[in-house]
Formats: sequence, C-alpha cells, structure tokens
Amino acid sequence: MNMVRLVVKELVGMFVDDGNLALLALILIAVIAAAVKLIALPPLAGGCLLLVGCLAILVESARRAARGARR
Amino acid sequence: MHGLTPILSTVTASFLASFVEVVEAFTIVLAVGVTRSWRPALTGAALALAVLAALVLIFGPLLALVPITVLQFVVGVLLILFGMRWLRKAILRSVGVIALHDEEQAFSKETAALQRQANDRRADYLAALASFKAVLLEGVEVVFIVIAVGAAHGQTLYASLGALAAFILVMLIGLAVHKPLARVPENSLKFVVGLMLTSFGVFWTGEGIGAEWPGADLALLGIFAIIAVASFAIVRWLRSAYPATAEGVAR
Repeated sequence: MNMVRLVVKELVGMFVDDGNLALLALILIAVIAAAVKLIALPPLAGGCLLLVGCLAILVESARRAARGARR
Repeated sequence: MHGLTPILSTVTASFLASFVEVVEAFTIVLAVGVTRSWRPALTGAALALAVLAALVLIFGPLLALVPITVLQFVVGVLLILFGMRWLRKAILRSVGVIALHDEEQAFSKETAALQRQANDRRADYLAALASFKAVLLEGVEVVFIVIAVGAAHGQTLYASLGALAAFILVMLIGLAVHKPLARVPENSLKFVVGLMLTSFGVFWTGEGIGAEWPGADLALLGIFAIIAVASFAIVRWLRSAYPATAEGVAR
C-alpha cells in the first residue's frame, strides 16, 4: 500500500511542484479553450495567448520563489 | 507529422529527459550494489523494469482508442505542467534559490542509509526495495515522457529509441567509471528539457484547440526559441533583482 501511495505521490509530484503555477496554468488553458469554443476566439490567437500566458505564469512563480528565498 | 523537425525534437527531448532520470536511478542502484551487493541491486532494478513494462503493455494500447485531438490536448496540458515544473526548477537553480542536484550527495545519503540497515535481518530485502523504488519512480517519469512526446503524433517508437539510447549510454558510462555520474551537467540538461517539454506542451495544446500554427511543425522551433529567450531573460533579471545570498536550499 505504501508503494502505491508513493507512486501516486510521485505521479502528482511530476506535474505539481508549485501549486500556484499548476493551478494558474490549468485556469489559463481552461479559459482559452472556453474562449475558442464559446466566443469564437481564433484558435491560433488562443495558441499565442497560451504561450504568452505560460511565460507570465512562469515569471510570477520564479519571482515569488526568489523573493521568498531572499527574505 | 513525419518531417525531420518533429522526429529530431521528439528523439532529443526523450533522450535528454530520460538521461537525467536514468542517471538518478543509476546512482541509487550503484549505491545498493556497492554497499550491500549486486544481487539485491539488480533484482530490485529488474523487478521495477518488469512493472514498468507491464504498465506500458496494459495502458499503451488504450491510448490508440483516444481521439487524436483529445490526446493532443490532454498530453499538451500535462506537458505544460511537467515542462514548466522542470523549467521553473532549472531557473531557480540557475539563480541559486535552490541548490543544484548533487549525485555524490545522493549516493552518500543512500550508502549511509544502507549501512545503517546492514545488521538488519531483512537487509537484502531493504536494499532490493531501495533499488526497486528508485528505478520504478524514475522509470515512471521516463514512461510518461516517452508517451507524452511520442503519442500525440504517433512517434512513440522514436521517443522510445531516445529513451533506450539514454539508458544504454548511462549504463556504458556507469560501467566504465563505476561511480555516481556527478559530472553530468544536470541543471543544464533539465533547463533544455524543460524548454523542450513546455514547447511541445504549448504546441500540442494549441493544436488540440484547433490552432494551425504558421509553418506547421517548424512552429515548434519558434515556440522553443521564444520560451528559451524568455527563460534566459528571467534568469538574468532574477540574478540582478534578487542577488544570491546563500548556496540555495536543497530540494
């Protein structure tokens, strides 16, 4: 049972390190996918927004970690 | 999508990512082999490889049942999460917020733990278990990487070859030097892999929502270049905004 728990923990850990980063990335993807399906946002614009959004989330996550470590 | 660009990027991403994971597993198996004996080390590793093979054989065929756009979207999302996690960690290690991964240290830690268990009646079992866990946990990541970079465009074979090449290379180097591969530039590799996996993730999630990227497969290189430039800019900015005051916290 311990082994199963360990593997599950490892599986989750593969995708989630900074919870905020993972959550924001999922929200970004959901919002863009919804905008493409529901308000006819051009898919290519959605893809470009995804790229920019991911970079913004990465900057914020790294900045927060660096600031926290230097306190 | 069977041009040279996606094949090369698939093989490279799979090879580099698997290389990092295999090096980490190798360190633990080596520690078990040197400290206890090679029998539990290799038994644990072989059992873990058998479990991984069973997982691939059971779940691999199921992927063929998933519609390609759904597969691209799901794999793309997972790759964004996975790739950005690696990229974030590599950036933070580059600026000294997190300590660099040290194979020598991991080896010493595992060796010390095994020595403490040396008089235990179950010492062989515990040693095999340590080897099994290391190979299984790092192997799960390799399996995910191979499936993720390969499955969305039917290139699992190329991705598998990349992973296999990494495995063989680490084994050959390991057999030759017979000590932890501490000189592998792990953070640089992780940085590049993080860039590649995030690029794949953005590319496929985009395709999953219907985007037709300009230049088709070549757009992958453009996305990679944009993320790479941005990431190096983040490193430079963090170094100047938050100068290092310590060695970084080991994680």
